[in-house]
Amino acid sequence: MNEFLQQVINGVSLGAIYALIALGYTMVYGVLKFINFAHSDVFMIGAFSAFYAVQKYPSVFVINSWPGGALVIFTVMALCALLGMVIELLAYRPLRNKPRLSVLITAIGVSLLIENLAQLQFGAAPQHFPDLLPVTIIHLGNLSISSTKIVVIGVAAFLLVALEFIVRKTKIGVAMRAVSFNHQTAALMGVNVDLVISFTFGLGSALAGAGGVLYSLSYPAVEPFMGIMPGLKAFVAAVLGGIGNIPGAALGGLLLGIIETFVKGSHYSTFTDAIAFAILILILLFRPAGLLGKVQIEKV
Amino acid sequence: MISRSQFTLLLALLACGALPFLQNPLHFNAYYVDVAIKVAINITLAVSLNLINGYTGQFSLGHAGFMGIGAYSAAAVTLFAGPAFLKIFPYSGSPLILFLMAAIIAGISAALVGLIVGIPSLRLRGDYLAIVTLGFGEIIGVIIRNIGPLGGALGLNGIPNYTTLFWAFSFAAITIYCVFSLVHSTYGRGFLAVHDDEVAAEAMGINSTRYKITAFVIGAFFAGIGGALYAHHTQAIDPSGFDFVKSVEIVVMVILGGMGNTRGVIVAAILLTVLPEFLRPLATYRMIIYALLIIFLMLLCPNGLAQMVKMLPGKASRRRRKLS
Repeated sequence: MNEFLQQVINGVSLGAIYALIALGYTMVYGVLKFINFAHSDVFMIGAFSAFYAVQKYPSVFVINSWPGGALVIFTVMALCALLGMVIELLAYRPLRNKPRLSVLITAIGVSLLIENLAQLQFGAAPQHFPDLLPVTIIHLGNLSISSTKIVVIGVAAFLLVALEFIVRKTKIGVAMRAVSFNHQTAALMGVNVDLVISFTFGLGSALAGAGGVLYSLSYPAVEPFMGIMPGLKAFVAAVLGGIGNIPGAALGGLLLGIIETFVKGSHYSTFTDAIAFAILILILLFRPAGLLGKVQIEKV
Repeated sequence: MISRSQFTLLLALLACGALPFLQNPLHFNAYYVDVAIKVAINITLAVSLNLINGYTGQFSLGHAGFMGIGAYSAAAVTLFAGPAFLKIFPYSGSPLILFLMAAIIAGISAALVGLIVGIPSLRLRGDYLAIVTLGFGEIIGVIIRNIGPLGGALGLNGIPNYTTLFWAFSFAAITIYCVFSLVHSTYGRGFLAVHDDEVAAEAMGINSTRYKITAFVIGAFFAGIGGALYAHHTQAIDPSGFDFVKSVEIVVMVILGGMGNTRGVIVAAILLTVLPEFLRPLATYRMIIYALLIIFLMLLCPNGLAQMVKMLPGKASRRRRKLS
């Protein structure tokens, strides 16, 4: 029972990170209907910018302290938001009315470009990520929980609630939802579609950047290709919950994190990477719209 | 009476037959031979993927997975069954027969996996299919890593070097012939119909699922053969050689050539195999140039090289159907 609870906490902490990345996929899919393959690289850039921020400006971004850690996360989120918007502006906007497949290929190209530029700049070897926050072990009965896990879950939960607020209650959130229904109609209603899409990329990328920092807190090794696997799994999480659906992405991320942690702790640990895709295939076969998605009927 | 395409195939095979004779007297540089064989393997892979992605319009991102299955099953045949076979039949032609058997078995096993993968996933469309085939590619890699006799993550070594220039180009020619004739046959028009409009094709009485699975299985078969050629050329294989990056590489060849344009895809396969060799001095920048190439290509001419050729002066009046 103890081990079970311990694994659930580990799973939720991993799942919270998947959820943060999955939100970016799901929001972009909502407004543009394509998989942003470069999203996982924004995640990687997030981890690296935190890494370099504390290395270059140790007096501003103090490691091992709460204000320093918070400052790092906010800075990284702002940087990643900017990066996401630039990617959208340069690579995706010119293809706005082209076939979706071209955009998908471009996204793969952008992803390869960022990964290889990062490899050139940062080197291929994994580097140790510093302890941004003071770590203590909290004992709860027989459970021992690292404070990092609680911070990861807490920050992720806060960001999820903030996002839900932006999407549901603010004017730009309403515009986002309008654009995801129909570009033309939204434009006719006076919504600046380009601005909304740019904002969506910024928001999603900021969350991915935060995800990158949180991930590196739990798994402290940063390297240029670190984004690929978490990115793919987060996409699986988005599909699992129903792509284009924000609570769905959160739910999918949590479920995937928990399932994966249990598989990792079992006899079949070497198959961990295959589990996410096996789940994806099962979901798409039996419930293609995802857990919380609505089934859409195709009209001719 | 043989058709034009059969005649072309015959000619191509004869040319392949002449290659080894040219090879020795001219003292071809081993490096050139190596690049030429890689060209042939990539043509096989790209043309077979073109049947799925180009002609049938199903976006698959897991072609390297099928190539991997082919490579591993062919290597398993020559490594595990090969010595016994050569002991029973100690003739000079035996290694050749063994190699052909291995290639056929590679094709069949890849096709079987293609069938198993295709039946459930081809019910999906567009991006979903892309991500599921990507997922299958990853799963195949994980499974191979977990099979002890196949060497796990270290892979298989000491595979005999059976892939000659002749066999590499012969298989490439056969692949081109099969795919080209198939889509130009009466039956093959169905692939294009599914590509153009699935709902309309269904309304015309075309079983679109069946066509999609057929394309997938045939594509996987030739990818398997491509894998067999690869394994017997590099002589050492490991699961990381058949990952997402390799799949993307093949997809880029198809896109660059123009989806559903066999000639364009062949040119792109040659170009994208030879070009990196020229970029070798720029080693670290190679992948960056490659990525930029993909992006600019998509931004400037999303329909591939074929479209670019059409834009050249003098060719504008020659209107061709999309299927050329």
